[in-house]
Parts: sequence; structure tokens; C-alpha cells
Amino acid sequence: MKAGVVVFPGTNCDRDTKKACEHFGWETDYIWHDESNLDDYDIIFLPGGFSYGDYIRAGGLATFSPVVQAIKDYVKNKKGYVVGICNGFQILCETGLLPGTLSVNDNTRFICDVVGLATSDDKMPEAISLPIAHGEGRYFADDETLKQIQQDNMIFLRYQDNPNGSLLNIAGLIDRKNNVIGMMPHPERAVFKETGNTDGMYFFKLLEAEIK
Amino acid sequence: MKTAAGKKLYQALNITEFEYNEILSRLKRKPNDLETYLFSAMWSEHCGYKHSRKYLKRLPLGGTVCEGENAGGVLVGDHVITFKVESHNHPSAIEPFQGAATGIGGIIRDILAIGARPVALLNSLKFGKLTDKWVKHLFNGVVDGISTYGNSIGVPTVAGEVGFDKCFTDSPLVNVMAIGVVHKDKIKSAKAIPGNNIVLVGSHTGRDGIHGASFASKELNENSKEDRPSVQVGDPFMKKVLIEATLEILELEEVVSCQDCGAAGLLSSTSEMGSMGKCGLELHLDKVNLREEVMEPWEIMLSESQERMIFMVTDQGLDKVLNIAKKYDISGKIIGKTDTSGLYKLLWNGEQVACLPPALLTSGPVYTLNENEPKYISEYKNKEFQSSISISIEEGVKKLLADPNFASKKWVYRQYDHTVGNRTSLKPGEGGSAGIWLDEEGGVVGLTIDSNGRQVFLDPYNGAKNTVWESYRNLVSDGFNPLGVTDCMNYGNPEKDEVAYQFVKSIDGIADACKAASIPVVSGNVSLYNESTDLRVYPTPTTGMVGYTDNYDKLIKNSFSKNETVYLIGKQIDETSNIGGSLYQMVCYDFLGGSVDSVDENLEISLKDTIFNLRDNHLLDGCIDISEGGLFGALFEGLKSGNSGFESILNDSEITEKVLFGEITGRYLISVKDTNQTEKLLNNNKIPYKKLGKCTGNNIKLGNIALNLAELTDLYDKTIELEMAK
Repeated sequence: MKAGVVVFPGTNCDRDTKKACEHFGWETDYIWHDESNLDDYDIIFLPGGFSYGDYIRAGGLATFSPVVQAIKDYVKNKKGYVVGICNGFQILCETGLLPGTLSVNDNTRFICDVVGLATSDDKMPEAISLPIAHGEGRYFADDETLKQIQQDNMIFLRYQDNPNGSLLNIAGLIDRKNNVIGMMPHPERAVFKETGNTDGMYFFKLLEAEIK
Repeated sequence: MKTAAGKKLYQALNITEFEYNEILSRLKRKPNDLETYLFSAMWSEHCGYKHSRKYLKRLPLGGTVCEGENAGGVLVGDHVITFKVESHNHPSAIEPFQGAATGIGGIIRDILAIGARPVALLNSLKFGKLTDKWVKHLFNGVVDGISTYGNSIGVPTVAGEVGFDKCFTDSPLVNVMAIGVVHKDKIKSAKAIPGNNIVLVGSHTGRDGIHGASFASKELNENSKEDRPSVQVGDPFMKKVLIEATLEILELEEVVSCQDCGAAGLLSSTSEMGSMGKCGLELHLDKVNLREEVMEPWEIMLSESQERMIFMVTDQGLDKVLNIAKKYDISGKIIGKTDTSGLYKLLWNGEQVACLPPALLTSGPVYTLNENEPKYISEYKNKEFQSSISISIEEGVKKLLADPNFASKKWVYRQYDHTVGNRTSLKPGEGGSAGIWLDEEGGVVGLTIDSNGRQVFLDPYNGAKNTVWESYRNLVSDGFNPLGVTDCMNYGNPEKDEVAYQFVKSIDGIADACKAASIPVVSGNVSLYNESTDLRVYPTPTTGMVGYTDNYDKLIKNSFSKNETVYLIGKQIDETSNIGGSLYQMVCYDFLGGSVDSVDENLEISLKDTIFNLRDNHLLDGCIDISEGGLFGALFEGLKSGNSGFESILNDSEITEKVLFGEITGRYLISVKDTNQTEKLLNNNKIPYKKLGKCTGNNIKLGNIALNLAELTDLYDKTIELEMAK
């Protein structure tokens, strides 16, 4: 299993994500934002942070980077999985690789907390808890898109006690046709006993099962 | 040069006649205009520590790693935990968002400059009364600034404290502490070495923050808002990029030293490097990349534009450094060279415009302060506290829990990313301190930041001493062994006798506490002139303390759960106890006075040993140190975390305000299951203790008083949020 963790200027969860991947024995590289060859990787992470400062709009500028252009081809050619966490989810929505958008939390403030999540994947327990840390995490889409998302069984994570006003309590989406996952919670921050929570492990185990 | 007002330049720059004469005699000539600007910044209180330097020497340094560098540290295995606390009070008073944001930027650079990766931030904030509209604006702005900046750079804000008192209305205190980790073999010095290139990396230089150092060295008044251009503007995105670029550059052997550009920018960074290395420097100011089209040499030297670092690099290393800057899309420019002349030379288009020994700039005058006890000390000491029967215990409890000083700070820390970095072992609200996993060594680093201005105001020596021990107890209660201290001294105008006394006595208190606890003061910062025409801040030494435990499993919980028995260990309150400075007196009676309890150092150390004994013998379930809010405050916090009610076995004569809410030193609450074994161990260790009762049900029962835990929790959790929504 070989993982790549994309690093934009302003990314700040690159090290956390690599540390988590390596914990599961995955060979993991950083991928600098000007890279355009992703053929080596089974899975690519777009980690959390503030890519290019998130100026204009969260994830907005990153969509123009060479690496995101390469990710589009990677998805189109079904080379492997793409997982966007937090800012990565925002980038995937901005790029159109996942539907909808993530707007400012309904309390207008940054929220850092640990939240309860209901999962819809039978490879994970029904309920887990994961850390969140974002200012723009309110999932939003038009009615038609929301209908489609539900029809396609894309919602794999829902907030139990919605912290940010996300529609349908959406915390994470999975597109099984194209192998693209986006989520606001941070599974990579909940892998080690020393951080007081290991529920993120279920997500990494899910990925292992999907890719094998 | 004379200024428009007919003043001489040095007078306009607030250099006193005495200091100007000092410059003349040391320089043996008149300084030119540019040099006068240099002196005005470097001899300001902020850069020159002229009122404090003499006294700071009293602090114990033994055991410090990287002494004399940008930030000191303590050694854990092969790694140095480097840490420092710094104030950004003055800028935050007039521009709270940028003031707080750049405060983080500044302290992060200090950690970075020695080659350490910043891994955590803490802060200590003080504001006026929260019901005041202006105070709300400041509080909101500061929290927003910390949130926006700290979250973006990916360094978790893991702990802090927030206090409110009228005396901080005009002069809020914003103290930020940063912690970094570096392998002991990879530390970089700030000492300049001859024969190297001086490279400036990071943002371009603009006019922001000019005179910032001098602005931070005076009292605030109604015209202070006009000083707004003296506040720097931060760019967290640029800082995040600069952090990564700097750490990559510092991996290079060819980089011999490094310094950040903080207060008095390029001037203080390069002159300090020269002075430390007794080395000559030649700076070509026309080579500096500028943000504005035309800037004068003095403006370039004094600019406090953020996100800039200075590296001294060998000829062989130049390309490597410049390539790293290029990779990160930031500016990297060779702006000068070091030599053996021992002189600090500034050039402008080839012409020498200033030349003097750097040590003249970095060793300004040292003033002696008046140490006589001011009148107010005995006046306040003799004030007698009168408890009123009209306030019942129940009312007292509710007032205390709903006071923003005691109430939950969740509204604040929920806005700070406290888990980024994948190292946070103890989050806000989970203990007396925060825990950062040091996976490099296998254990957990404990972090706390504390202050108690009320006690220091009443008794600067004992109050400051207790501030250090309060940090100590916070670490011990979570299972950390204390290792080192950093302090930020926040005071009023030191030229006034009351403040001078407060400052000197608190230094002595901190020094004696650290000596008794056998921990060094590894770094620190002084912020003076925190006063306005009407109000002066309480003398507030803020102590940041770092501890360590070699195993995550040795951390102690802060919760008291059902069926556990709670004991008070350490000092007990009786009629003769001194509880001056207690929060409840202020909250319920608006009273400040009386004597402050003095610390029993031997007891404090035996309490630490005993708590660790109990833990290692698997007898201990929960532990909380008793501080603000007294016995009841600690009990409530433990029960709230453990989600349990309580049935006390105190008799009615013990259910008094003084016993429940009074604040004295040297005590903790612990919760255990095996009472026999626990009491045996406490007796063996000769620790005074008192059994308080058992965790059970949903109400806190004290004699015939029953308080509903859920109701109290609601009050405690929502006070600040509701007040800020008003």
C-alpha cells in the first residue's frame, strides 16, 4: 500500500496524516503542490490546513494547482482512492470531484471539538467520535443534489449533534463509483492512544479493506 | 536635526537627557540622525529592559539549555523542550485582532530561531469587566486573532487562562507562550560569526510597526489609538510557509546562526547577533526587498514587518538557502556580511551611513528601582473582611460559578484548534494543565500558564511565589514532574514607586520559589507601562511551566466519579488562615484586602511525592489542585468531569464561606476507592488530610444544602457564551 500526502503552501495536517498512514504500515510520501505524476500511489490524501492561505474561499485557489489537475486525471483513470480531509474535502467540492460546497459554520466561528458521528458503512461501528477543527464546515447543496447524494448512498458520516449547520447532518461523503471520499472530521488525529481517542483507526481500516 | 515642534530629534524620540549624555560619552561623539533612531529603539524599555535587567539577574538559571538564546529550554532525553512566554499587551489594547495575532507570530519565531519546531501554544489573557461593551470588543478581537492566526499556522493552542477585572479595562494583558521541540544536536545559536553572509528571508519590509518597540514602552492614553500604525500586521499563511522554510534551512550545516526579526526588526536582530558574537557586521540597506517604493534607512531598520528571519550562511551554503526560499515562493536576499571589525556598519547605496560597536546598542542604561514598601501595602493588609449573613452558601456558589473568572472558558478554547499536530494528550478542560505527546521520547510534556494579580497586588513577594507554585500544582495534579519556568512580568509604570516595589518583590518571590522547587527560569519577558490615566493593572507575573512524565498511562484524571471518596490533602483552613486575594471575596463582596497565605515549600514537595506515590500504587483515581474558587471550586470541577453528585461528611461549622471558597496554598483534592490504603500512605508520608465525603447521586450535598449538579454545570458552561451573545 502506497500513500501520497499532498502538501500545498499553508497545509498543516500533512505531517499528522503521514504519521497516521505510517502507523498502519503504509509507505507514505509527501507530494508537493507542483507535482503532476501520481501514478505510483494507491491512495492520495488531500490533508487539512489552509491551502494557499485559503484566500478568496476555502480550497478555492488550490483547485488551480498542478497537483489538483493531476488528481482529476487520477480519478478519471481510476488509478486509486482520493481522500480529502477538512480543507481537502473543501478542495474536492471546489473542484467538483464531490458535489456541494462547504460554507461558513452557522455560528460564524471556528469550531474545535470532538463530535459523535453516525456511520453508514458496515465496516465501521455504528457510532464513533472524531475531532473536528474548521471554520467552514457547513455542508450545503441544492435539493436536487441532496436527493442524488442520498440515492447514491454517499453519506457515510453524519453528525449526531450537528455542530455547524450542515444539511442532512453531513460530515462525510463517499463516491464509490469514482473512489473519492471527503470528510470534515479528522480521523488522522484519532489513531494514537496518546491523543486520547483511537476511533480514527476504523476509517483507516475501511480504506485498507476498500483498496485491497 | 530638529523636528517640527522645535525639539531635537533625540527628544522627539523620547531619549532622556541622561540617556543622550550616556550615548555621547560611550560613543565619544554625537550620533548622527540614523544612529539616534537606532538608539531610540534599542534603548527603549521593550528592547533594552532598562528598568528590569538588574533584577532579572536574580532569577535562577541552573539547568537551562540554550541559555541566552532566543528561547531557553530543558532537556528531556535527547530532545530540548524550548519555551518562552511573551506579551503583546500594548498592540492588543488598540488593535486586538492584529495585536494578538502578531503576538503569536513573534513568540513562534523565537522558538523557530533556535531550530525547534513549534508544537504548542498557550495564552494568558486579562480584560476589564466582561459586561463592558469595549471590553467585549477587545476580548472578541483577541480570541479571534489567536484563533485565526494560531489555527492557520498549524500549531495547537492547548491551554490558557482568561481573567476579568476592572483594572485591565484600558490595558488588557495578552501573554502568549510557545513550546518547541528540537534534537539537542540540532540547536542553532543567534551568535554571529565573522566571514559569513547575512541573508534576510521571508516577507518584504514595509512601514508597519515602525516605533513598535517604543510604543510598547509607554503608558496608554486617549491618543493611543493614533499609534495604530505602530501595530504590526500579521499574515498567518506567510508564517506557516516561513516556519517550514526556516526548519528546512536550519537543517543545513552551512547555516551558522539564525535570528528572528521581532521588536525593532532588522536592527535588533542583527545588532544582537553581532553583540553576542562580538562580531562586525556590514548591512547594505539598499539590498533589502521593500514593500514601499521609497523608504528611509531608519525606516528599514526600525520596521517591524512580520514574518522575516535572518540567517548567517557560509559562501558554500548560499545557493542552498536561496533555493529553499525559492521553493517556498518567499523572498531570500543577501543583505550583508559579517567581519572581524567588531563594528556595526550600515550602508546605503555604497555610502556608510552609521558605524558603531553593536554592544553599545544592545547594552543600554540600567536603572535602579525604589524598593521601599509603598503605603498601600499596609492599608490593604489591615482591611478587614466582613462576611455577610445575607449571602447564603447557595447564592455564593451560584455567583462564583457564573463569574466569568471562574466559569468555563469553552467559548474561548472551542475557537482554537487544540488538536492539530496529532500530539495533544490532555485537551483544554481535561486537567489542570495541557499534555503534549513527545513521541520522540515516548512520554508526555505537561504545560500550564498561571497568574494571580490580586494576590501579587496585596503581597508582591508571597503572591508571586504562589504564582509559581500554582503552576507547579497544576502540573503535579495531572501527573507531571515540573522541569522549568518561563515568566512574563506585566506591570504598570516602573518609574512610579509603587510599581517599582511590586516588580522587585515579585522577582524575589519567583526566584525563591524556583530555587525551592529546583527548577530554572529558562526564558522570559517584561511588559511595563500597562496603565492609563485612571487605571493601572494588578502587578501580574505570568508563569508558564513545563513538566514531563515518561508514560502516557501515568497521567492522572481530573474527575471524581461515582463511588469514589474525596479527600482534601495538604493545608486545612481554620480561623487563623490568611485568605487574602480569594476570588469569592471579590465576586460576592467586591472586597480585596487582608494577608496572603505564604507557601510551605517542604509541604508542596511532599505533596507532589505523595500524589505520585498514590498513583504508582494504583490508589489514585482523580486529582485537582485547589486554586481560584477554593475547595468548592475544585470539588465542583472534579464532580462535573466525573458526572457525579456528592455527599459531604463535613459538619455544619465547617460549611462556611471561608472553608468552602477561601484560597490558601499547598492543597489538593484527590478521589480514591481504597480509603484504608490511601490513609495509610498519607499517614506514612506525614501529609495532613481530611475526608470530605463520597461521590454519589446527582446533587452536591453539603449538610442540609443540596445543589443540583446539572443546574450548576449549565450555569458554569453558559455564562461567557450568553454574555458574549448580548
